[in-house]
Amino acid sequence: MINFDYVRVSTQKAAIDALNKDVTSQFIAGGTNLVDLMKRGVMSPQKLIDINNLPLKSIEQGNGFVSIGALTLNSELSENDLIIKKFPLLSQALNAGASPQLRNMATVGGNMMQRTRCPYFYDTVMPCNKRQPGSGCSALKGYNRMHAIFGASDKCIAVHPSDMCIALVALDASVVIANNKGQRILPFADFHKLPGNNPEKDNNLQRGEMIIGIQIPDKITFAKNSLYVKIRDRASYAFALVSVAAALDMKGKTIQHARLAMGGVAHKPWRLTTAEDFLKGKIASVENFNRAASIAMKDAKSYGHNNFKLKLAPNTLVDTLKRVSGIS
Amino acid sequence: MAKESSCNNEKDLLHQARRNFLKQSSLLTALALAPPALIKAADENLDEKASELFEKQSLNIEVNGIKHTLSVEPRVTLLDLLREQLKLTGTKKGCDYGQCGACTVHVNGKRVLSCMSLAVMQQGKKVNTIEGLAKGEDLHPMQAAFIKHDGFQCGYCTPGQIMSAVACIKEGHADNEEEIRQYMSGNICRCGAYPNIVDAIMEVKQKGGEI
Repeated sequence: MINFDYVRVSTQKAAIDALNKDVTSQFIAGGTNLVDLMKRGVMSPQKLIDINNLPLKSIEQGNGFVSIGALTLNSELSENDLIIKKFPLLSQALNAGASPQLRNMATVGGNMMQRTRCPYFYDTVMPCNKRQPGSGCSALKGYNRMHAIFGASDKCIAVHPSDMCIALVALDASVVIANNKGQRILPFADFHKLPGNNPEKDNNLQRGEMIIGIQIPDKITFAKNSLYVKIRDRASYAFALVSVAAALDMKGKTIQHARLAMGGVAHKPWRLTTAEDFLKGKIASVENFNRAASIAMKDAKSYGHNNFKLKLAPNTLVDTLKRVSGIS
Repeated sequence: MAKESSCNNEKDLLHQARRNFLKQSSLLTALALAPPALIKAADENLDEKASELFEKQSLNIEVNGIKHTLSVEPRVTLLDLLREQLKLTGTKKGCDYGQCGACTVHVNGKRVLSCMSLAVMQQGKKVNTIEGLAKGEDLHPMQAAFIKHDGFQCGYCTPGQIMSAVACIKEGHADNEEEIRQYMSGNICRCGAYPNIVDAIMEVKQKGGEI
């Protein structure tokens, strides 16, 4: 690992000031992805700003939200009683990710900031527009079994690797972001971006900004009918081929609201808004779920090795909807 | 300058300008000195000598009940600190990329991967390694159970498996075989001793007792 400078800060202001002061600096929290990338030479910040002493670890309820501090550990969040009761979908998604050791290190903010696991992004001798803008995308005609079927561009077909983020986008969460002028709130669905022509940028966080927390509206919690289903190559400790977060607000057999998102299929957590709109007011039935899946898959495109995802994705969606609505 | 401790608070940050000036001048000195020192280090196969030219940071850390005051480069992982500086080689380096679990240790009572943890970030923390489990000649119940159930073949992943297994029970995730397999999935065993590892954990859990 290339050596670097290190500072430890204990307030939000000191953290943001330190970040603004030095363009080669970067925050570190759990470090489970950043240290890995630094060891491989994919990322090489000249200074790390350790933000672990900041008071951003609370999980609180109030004003129509459950607010989660950005430094809350993934394991603390998944095992929190309030989260298990109100948002079991989030707890399930967290437990589907990584390993117990990594969940004890990884934070909520860090989980959102993790980079793709595209093997060409990690392999520093191969072209990759995300790692080295303008060098080309090796995955486009390479081994692309894990890659995107939605929203990709000819510059990048990598997928966002998080499970937690798939649940958060389905739960209509917002991201609280601080900078040296104050705060702004961004809908979770707008936090991550599609690759377009600049895949080197994973999200819409600006230089000098810091994620300080997440807010999840708790007016409708979807706690009764929600489920995270993750399909992967082994039963545990693997990234998703396809995952589905489904949350239904049901009255009898009628779906009043549906919230659906997919993981392992796009450069960002992929919210299925057209399928949600279709299901609103419909009866929970296999026929309606099949139609919702067709609508969801409308613009899907595969790249060879990932052709199987065009079947796996709708099948997983229908199966999850059947289970979550109790008709299977 | 070389052994100045890390910036612990924003007050220290105010001194950054002065520190940066000092650092830049130190760097110039280091650059002037580096080539012969590097060549000499390479000649003597002493790569670590070369790294001494970089700034180190002080670190107070407790490992298996013993307090240490150390000096480390920011890039040193907790795993390398344990193995290379403290000579605690029980904790193994498997993949070194957070994928195998061989380097599992407990930090402030929680199991983590020492290969993905920077040593400098463990300031003031309590670390427990496989060397800290046994009480003198008396093996920890989990160590004894791994021997009884033949929970290993080559043994390389075993320290990490045992540290993870102890945490698995302490966390309350060892109620049945399925749960154990799920919560032990961060520890890979290339020899495939999984069934025997699960048996060992089941036995320690069922016996109750302090672990």
